[in-house]
Amino acid sequence: MQLNRDELLRAYRDMCLIRQFEERVHAEFATGDIPGFVHLYAGEEASAVGVCMDLTERDTIASTHRGHGHCIAKGCDVDGMMAEIYGRKSGLCGGKGGSMHIADLDRGMLGANGIVGGGAPLACGAALSAKTLKTGAVAVAFGGDGASNQGTTAEAMNLASVWRLPVIFVLEDNGYAESTASAWSVGGDPVKRAEGFGIPATRVDGHDFFAVHEAAREAVARARAGEGPSFLHLKLARYFGHFEGDGMTYRAPDEVARLRAEKDCLKLFRRKVSEAGLLEGAALDAIEGEVATLIEGAVRRAKADAMPEPADLLTDVYVSY
Amino acid sequence: MAQLHVLVMPKMGLSMTEGMVARWLKGVGEQVASGEEVAEIETSKITAAYESPAHGTLRRQIVAPGVMVPVGAPIGVIAESGAGEAEADEAAIDAFIAAREADFADVQTKAAPPPAPRTVATEIGPLQVLEAGPEAAPPLVLIHGFGGDLGNWMFLQPLLAERFRTLAIDLPGHGGSTKTLAGANIPALARAVAAFLRAEGIGCAHLVGHSLGGAVALALAAEALSLSLIAPAGLGPEINMDYISGFIAARRARQLQPVLGLLFADPSLVGREMVEGVLRYKRIDGVEAALQAIAAANFAAGRQSGAFRATLEAIRVPTLIVWGEDDRIIPVAHADALPASVRVVRFPATGHMAHMERAADLARLIMETAR
Amino acid sequence: MAKKSFRQAVNEALSQEMARDPRVIVMGEDVAGGLGAPGEDDAWGGPLGVTKGLMKQFGRERVLDTPITESGFIGAAAGAALTGLRPVADLMFVDFMGVCFDQIFNQAAKFKYMFGGKARTPLVIRTMYGGGFRAASQHSQCLYPLFTHIPGLKVAIPSSPYEAKGLLIQAIRDDDPVIFFEHKMLYDIEEEVPDEPYTLPFGEANLTREGDDVTIVAFGRMVMLANEAADRLAGEGIACTVIDPRTTSPLDIETILEEVRATGRLVVVDEAHPRCNMATDISAQIAERAFEALRAPIRMVVPPHTPVPFSPALEDIYLPSVAKIVDAVRAVMAGGRKAA
Repeated sequence: MQLNRDELLRAYRDMCLIRQFEERVHAEFATGDIPGFVHLYAGEEASAVGVCMDLTERDTIASTHRGHGHCIAKGCDVDGMMAEIYGRKSGLCGGKGGSMHIADLDRGMLGANGIVGGGAPLACGAALSAKTLKTGAVAVAFGGDGASNQGTTAEAMNLASVWRLPVIFVLEDNGYAESTASAWSVGGDPVKRAEGFGIPATRVDGHDFFAVHEAAREAVARARAGEGPSFLHLKLARYFGHFEGDGMTYRAPDEVARLRAEKDCLKLFRRKVSEAGLLEGAALDAIEGEVATLIEGAVRRAKADAMPEPADLLTDVYVSY
Repeated sequence: MAQLHVLVMPKMGLSMTEGMVARWLKGVGEQVASGEEVAEIETSKITAAYESPAHGTLRRQIVAPGVMVPVGAPIGVIAESGAGEAEADEAAIDAFIAAREADFADVQTKAAPPPAPRTVATEIGPLQVLEAGPEAAPPLVLIHGFGGDLGNWMFLQPLLAERFRTLAIDLPGHGGSTKTLAGANIPALARAVAAFLRAEGIGCAHLVGHSLGGAVALALAAEALSLSLIAPAGLGPEINMDYISGFIAARRARQLQPVLGLLFADPSLVGREMVEGVLRYKRIDGVEAALQAIAAANFAAGRQSGAFRATLEAIRVPTLIVWGEDDRIIPVAHADALPASVRVVRFPATGHMAHMERAADLARLIMETAR
Repeated sequence: MAKKSFRQAVNEALSQEMARDPRVIVMGEDVAGGLGAPGEDDAWGGPLGVTKGLMKQFGRERVLDTPITESGFIGAAAGAALTGLRPVADLMFVDFMGVCFDQIFNQAAKFKYMFGGKARTPLVIRTMYGGGFRAASQHSQCLYPLFTHIPGLKVAIPSSPYEAKGLLIQAIRDDDPVIFFEHKMLYDIEEEVPDEPYTLPFGEANLTREGDDVTIVAFGRMVMLANEAADRLAGEGIACTVIDPRTTSPLDIETILEEVRATGRLVVVDEAHPRCNMATDISAQIAERAFEALRAPIRMVVPPHTPVPFSPALEDIYLPSVAKIVDAVRAVMAGGRKAA
């Protein structure tokens, strides 16, 4: 085990923060206060937190439409995220992006992305910047099983391979591209696809934070050493629909309940650190309490914050025009 | 029978290769006196009047207004009839034109290309110069004003090149010279000209300077064989800052045109290509900063220092100062109360650009000064 | 100052900006050429030799050949622009936007707005466009109206070598994504181009001819044709103003309005497909804002609503021409409507 006590506490806190954030957004969305499309990450926390654990602020990630977890794991401000989801001027993007476009370039978060498969070429670009400017930074492209079938993903993997870019492709395979099962839509084996491009690839249990972190740690080290790209195929699950309002009639009736009971990444984390005697239950409980207060505050502030001004409509299109 | 004279597209500057009739001032059949303005010629830089070389009747306008033709191309025919002589008939004129056009085509195939500026490496950076005239003739250096370039001498330089080795330079920050200034005040610009003279192995030279370049020439008085100054800076406090600031600020032809118009007694002389040429110059990296630095160093708070009046007192070489009475950049009053040793000539109906507006008269005066 | 071709002007702009700013890189298919092949290195410099020599000058780290992977490398250019480089990506033919448009219009164009103003995307996409090359339907289109349509993109269309150098340097120094259109029939056109770097401002139209009778607005290579038409018409006593807007986004509509108010007659020459192109856009804006100034219906000189044909016999009648512009000007002078 690579992580010290502080790191373990941080990992658990980030996973908790994502979970409670998403559970709360789910509840608030149902009241009708949150506009637009929201895609929730609950259930997949071990991926975002495990992958981002060894990244620094100058490293970058390109996220997906299901991006809240990546944002939190990369250090985005939770108040700013919540306000953004509510369309408030105080949001991370001034209320102009919303859930699908949360970004914080100062934290290396290059944006959630409304286009499935849109992020992988951008991550290659960030990796190209790092390589050209010799910053030592690495870039991560998150994508789902849907994105894995997009041409952009294949193009980005080939480009990363021929340019030996410091980039890590993380396939978060939650079993469904919208309502269509990855078991049907993904031909062949994603790991073999990556290997076909000459990219070292592994399949990992995405419910297991420690397995994800271990695989990501190796990939990050390889990228930093100038040894080129890596590919991680994480098998995991989402607890909510493709979007809020999705009745999930395509899933088995007891599927989510069973996943929550048997595969939940937070429970798995608690069990492992307790069995290994690394963290005591009281410390973990304290984190959950602290996070709950934080989320409560974020929602309260977001609801109270001002909407953008009419004049904001016309700003931020160009640097100069 | 009447004697026929051909009017050709005049060469109104060293670099001029083509021009167009902006408008005919005389109609076909009208009487024209020798020296009378017969057409307005628009060159790439400026619109200027074309004075008839002959006396007679304008019989043909070969070239319509707005059509670009090469220098030397026939543009019109004047018929000069003595008393009792028969008028030339149309067929004779057609034949005359055909012959002149054939001559011109022949000349054109043998014509030498116009002289091109060259770049001289100096200790303060590359400086561009356009040289014309016999190499063995006494050197005469032409120094342009603020925002100008060696092209400002296009009318004067060919006239002076008959007697001098003329060297029209681009000051630092201008034309084709370095846009990095070693210094922006007049002594610094004078050091640049001195560096150029050293690089060329020229000791003393006749100096001709315009406006800011006039002050630069004054600062170099110790190296001068003679000084001919056109509306020089440095002789009084006033300077039209609407011109200086407007010149720096203008980004578009519409803004620049009226600013350049201030230079001339007749603002309509400013052609669209003169405006475009200045805009192109101003767009080059470093130019705006250089112009701002020069303006700040020499016209701070909208005033000049006027320090060169004292210099004039001490000058022993022949010195000429000419000024347009309608100068709207530096007032002609700065030519008042100068030392008796200085020859002062005021041109009526002339603006800040006597070297463009009165090139022939000015050339005569300079030749009288630079002996 | 020497005469330079449009090709040399573009190359010089790239070379000077790469020398000035180490963050500027050039990337695209065959921008150097010959990578990994047994023959000549720097074999191409692009299919028409525009970027030739840059690789030898700046090395393969800054002149990056890519696989044929437009989504991949255009997206990478967008991502690199977001993270500290100033890439000049070469989309060989604008027709290839079909395989990478998402990365341009959904990604690069929108970063700044979607992210609440925090992003800067100093990306240039150079691309060849236009007909006359007998390159048929997939290598001859203009398509700049599609890019002009997208908020967040800037679109520059140089009409001459001087314009190309100044506009490209401006594009490279600009902090917004710029699509830079190079007409393939212009590469061998020559004119005086300063040796030093200079910039031409975006959104400031250039008047290449000034006259009181008719205003002609034209883009890219069409400016050359419009100038020629204006010179021909001058001989008939019809004085035309020719406006080269230089950029379609931003568009200097104010200058166009001013000129149309002065002449009362407008001809718009646009090589792009005729529906929803620059000609229709400008006509609509003039109709809305200067209807009372019009002394004759606006005329558009545009190709027919067909793909660009291959056969020279067809392409020649497809494209706008000097004769078509002259006819349109005569028609607006006559004040009449277009013959049915």
